Amino acid sequence: MAEQLLSLDDLAVQFKVGSMLAGGIKTLKAVDGVTLDVKPGECLGLVGESGCGKSTLALAIMGLVLPTRGRIHVGGQQISGDKPPDRMEMARTVQMVFQDPYASLNPRQTVRRTLADPLRLHGVGDKAEVEARVIDLMAKVGLRPEHADRYPHEFSGGQRQRIGIARALILKPKLVICDEPVSALDVSIRAQIINLLLELKDEMGLAYIMISHDLGVVEHVSDRVAVMYLGRIVEQGGWQEIFEDPRHPYTRALIAAIPDPFHRAAATVAGAKAKGEIASALNPPPGCHFNPRCPLKADLCTVETPLLGTVAPGHLAACHFRDRII
Amino acid sequence: MRLGANTWIGGGLFAVALAVAVTAPWIALTDPVMDANLLNAELPPSMEFPFGTDAQGRDIYSRVVYGAQISLTVGVVSQIANSIIGVTLGLTAGYWGGWWDDFVNGLTNVMLAIPSLIFALAIMAILGPGLVSLLIALGLTNWSYSCRIARAQALSLKSQGYVQAARILGYGPFRIMFTQLLPNMLGPIIVIATLGMGGTILAEAALSFLGLGIRPPFPSWGSMLSDARETIAIAPWVSIFPGLAIFLTVLGLNLLGDGLRDIFDPQATTRRA
Repeated sequence: MAEQLLSLDDLAVQFKVGSMLAGGIKTLKAVDGVTLDVKPGECLGLVGESGCGKSTLALAIMGLVLPTRGRIHVGGQQISGDKPPDRMEMARTVQMVFQDPYASLNPRQTVRRTLADPLRLHGVGDKAEVEARVIDLMAKVGLRPEHADRYPHEFSGGQRQRIGIARALILKPKLVICDEPVSALDVSIRAQIINLLLELKDEMGLAYIMISHDLGVVEHVSDRVAVMYLGRIVEQGGWQEIFEDPRHPYTRALIAAIPDPFHRAAATVAGAKAKGEIASALNPPPGCHFNPRCPLKADLCTVETPLLGTVAPGHLAACHFRDRII
Repeated sequence: MRLGANTWIGGGLFAVALAVAVTAPWIALTDPVMDANLLNAELPPSMEFPFGTDAQGRDIYSRVVYGAQISLTVGVVSQIANSIIGVTLGLTAGYWGGWWDDFVNGLTNVMLAIPSLIFALAIMAILGPGLVSLLIALGLTNWSYSCRIARAQALSLKSQGYVQAARILGYGPFRIMFTQLLPNMLGPIIVIATLGMGGTILAEAALSFLGLGIRPPFPSWGSMLSDARETIAIAPWVSIFPGLAIFLTVLGLNLLGDGLRDIFDPQATTRRA
């Protein structure tokens, strides 16, 4: 096994919801047995609709939510339910770019403070060095030095997201989790930010987890793609395999939902579009969670949970009919 | 930023009160305590005594001017103590939650249920009259509103992206509270503190009026009113001027607080016909 930067081993995060009085306490399995690896310098696209557990997975990787079961290895640290991470060490390993560039910057801090404070906190004491690193990083994300003393409200959405990216990179992390980094931005700015992220990845040797429901973005930036449905990974593989030869009906449905002027093979599969809505994570359907919406549903699907099985080397799908070519 | 009329009038009144308190030794005509002269007792306002004299023949103008020192010291210092206590409790309760939040909430409810003046009276009865006792009694009894506001602000701000980002960057809880939460909730807290200052000045006057505040013969607006009680029918100026001083100062603070609220919270629609 190659040196992994991040590896999740049967990771599960559960929340207790409800109260003793009103209907009893239920367990919400936000993340339910996820096994996943990210190599240094790689970009993993994490795809799934709202409520499938993407954000909880991100919080768990950053150590803000402790796993109920399983283990996380990240940059030499191990996190499990009874072993919280060393926050400072985590901060230098994993960082995050947020979706909303308006809520994610402190309105009372200048750009310089937003970037310099974390450096000082992590022991970069020398004033000149702090200043040099702040200005250098600002240049890398496309901000001019005179922007340093301005407040967030003086910037546009795209520029704010650049500040957010700079904040995530100031401690030189190895892994950056991008939580829908462009979905709150104007369409005309999206490409700029995506290209900036790709440039920085090569320049600084970063690995990304790109969380998005926009498959266009994921297809453009990802080396590998993992598709999540109700807390489980249902398919993962190289981006070409996922987009050209999807094996899980849910992946097919997602790809079929992309407006597609080029008529890719998967999009033309008859009846590929998923019916209905995502089921509640409080009460998921038995067997394969996707079975109520699946065009390939058989009796087996409501009884037995399909495990991730190999389709081709590096391409896994959790469907009983993954080998059925349509 | 456009300042409303409230801010100007209120700020002006408060600034005048502050200026009077600071320059009291220079603008007073006589010593407020020592220059008693029974030959001049209860003279109406005149050129020599602009506000008249009281039953001991002291110049009321000079006593009102010196009284501003006491009233404003008590108002400002004890309100600062209230704000610090309230914000510390509310901020930590809102950010941490859990049993600490329950505890602070319970304490706030208890404080809100006890009339704060009665509570201050009890503290004064234990500590005895005097300036320091007044500061303690009023500084410990009026923090519940600041606490409520700080807690509500902390609850709503802590889910903001920048607070999460700070956690991810390794900031500890106190650093987050100080650098991320506190600067973003100062507006409403200043408003509450300004309004509360008017309240503490009134409470000081009430305690002194009841004889538990500043001891005579030192001038405090409340104790001057108390002394004037007996002569209110024959020498109304003895009570009118200290009363007017209290009225104008508290009015100024309330207008200033309202004006600041409009500035810090433009969304709150003011209902004025």
